[in-house]
Amino acid sequence: MQIAGNSIIKIAPGFRLQWEEAQNCHVILYPEGMVKLNAAAGEILKRCDGTKTVDDVIADLTKVFPDVDLTNDVYQLLEAAHDNGWIKHRTT
Amino acid sequence: MTMAGSNTEPPKPLWLLAELTYSCPLQCPYCSNPVDIAKYKQELTTDEWIRVFREARAMGAAQLGLSGGEPLVRQDLEILIAEARKLGFYTNLITSGVGMDEDRIKAFKKAGLDHIQVSFQASDEELNNFIAGTDAFEHKLEMARLVKKYDYPMVLCFVLHRQNQEQVAQILDLAAALEADYVELAATQYYGWAMLNRDALMPTREQVKKAEAVAHEYQKKMQGKMKIYYVVPDYYENRPKACMNGWGSVFLTISPDGTAVPCHAASTLPGLTFPNVKDHSIEYIWNDSEDFNKFRGYGWMKEPCKTCPEREKDFGGCRCQAYMLTGDARNADPVCSKSPHHGELLDKLTQLEAAAEKNEKPLVFRNMPNSRKLLKGVSLN
Repeated sequence: MQIAGNSIIKIAPGFRLQWEEAQNCHVILYPEGMVKLNAAAGEILKRCDGTKTVDDVIADLTKVFPDVDLTNDVYQLLEAAHDNGWIKHRTT
Repeated sequence: MTMAGSNTEPPKPLWLLAELTYSCPLQCPYCSNPVDIAKYKQELTTDEWIRVFREARAMGAAQLGLSGGEPLVRQDLEILIAEARKLGFYTNLITSGVGMDEDRIKAFKKAGLDHIQVSFQASDEELNNFIAGTDAFEHKLEMARLVKKYDYPMVLCFVLHRQNQEQVAQILDLAAALEADYVELAATQYYGWAMLNRDALMPTREQVKKAEAVAHEYQKKMQGKMKIYYVVPDYYENRPKACMNGWGSVFLTISPDGTAVPCHAASTLPGLTFPNVKDHSIEYIWNDSEDFNKFRGYGWMKEPCKTCPEREKDFGGCRCQAYMLTGDARNADPVCSKSPHHGELLDKLTQLEAAAEKNEKPLVFRNMPNSRKLLKGVSLN
């Protein structure tokens, strides 16, 4: 199933997204491991709370960063996150 | 295991391993705990552990391994998990499953435990129970099913050695049947009890080659369903492992009595002062203590490491192994073919393989009576 505008994304069970003060970035935690996220990935994934659609996430990001079109970045990041097993998605 | 790090920033203790107790209902002869476990009598209290968690977390620790011995022996485990989770740790329980039941699994979930790793000793009951020194196999199966039932990510860990090295296919079939998310086929690490039993545990080159082929076949077959980690025993490599990702770089281990070490085998090294969390803050231990700075960076290195272009990749390998096999912890890990001691290691392997066929050395099981005998200088094998 492809990730689409109406997909609802959440962090997969067993994975945890959190802000790490000591790293000054968002990280994904999973059994015995941690991945540091860049600022864009952090901004995208922290909005994937299991209630918003991908379109909602993009609209929300556009409010914060009005000068850039983030659509492609969002899809690319979510595809990569999905391949890594960090997120689950369902269709509305 | 992966842990992002950077070479430019000062190191942070990202991974805190809390060895809550050296008590254990199992007696695995491959245990990498120190052989002098009987010496560790004064375990840290609940409050002392919580202070350790808080201080390490403030310094950037994100992963917490609750280990042992058998951490389930600690009756305050639920409290420790809850506190650690509140502090923001990703909490990993590393257990044999013995001492667990459905009520406890439920309580751990409520406390916020993130992940459970269950160890097995083999894929069949007879060998599993022989190696574990107790009838644990059926109980482990039941616990693994409960771990899944309560929706934890499940890692199954099998420590491989000569006796189960040929079981890799059966082991992975069992893991698949139990719906493991990750399987660690961990080569025995020859420290502590495992070093004592090295002659009886070292797999043959042939066994290692076959196991690797089977593991790779299953990695392909199970892709997307179950992640399989297989590491070749480092004695059979010609470059050393990047042990602990470098000394004092990422890992901080606290022993049951509060002794802080940069890895769980470091207490075997001579010339260390072993700072204790009862006397010092984690910040002092990590940043300023002599021990944690002893092999940090590259300044301590001797040739061939000192000028080696690969030193930033493997940090010269394992200090404990360098000490055990060459007598000097500053030497290159002799697993490295650039080490002047590598030839001796190869000779030793040839000897061990020859001894494997005769199989005459008995296993010394890891338990307190044996530890006390060893402390008195009694030779057990």
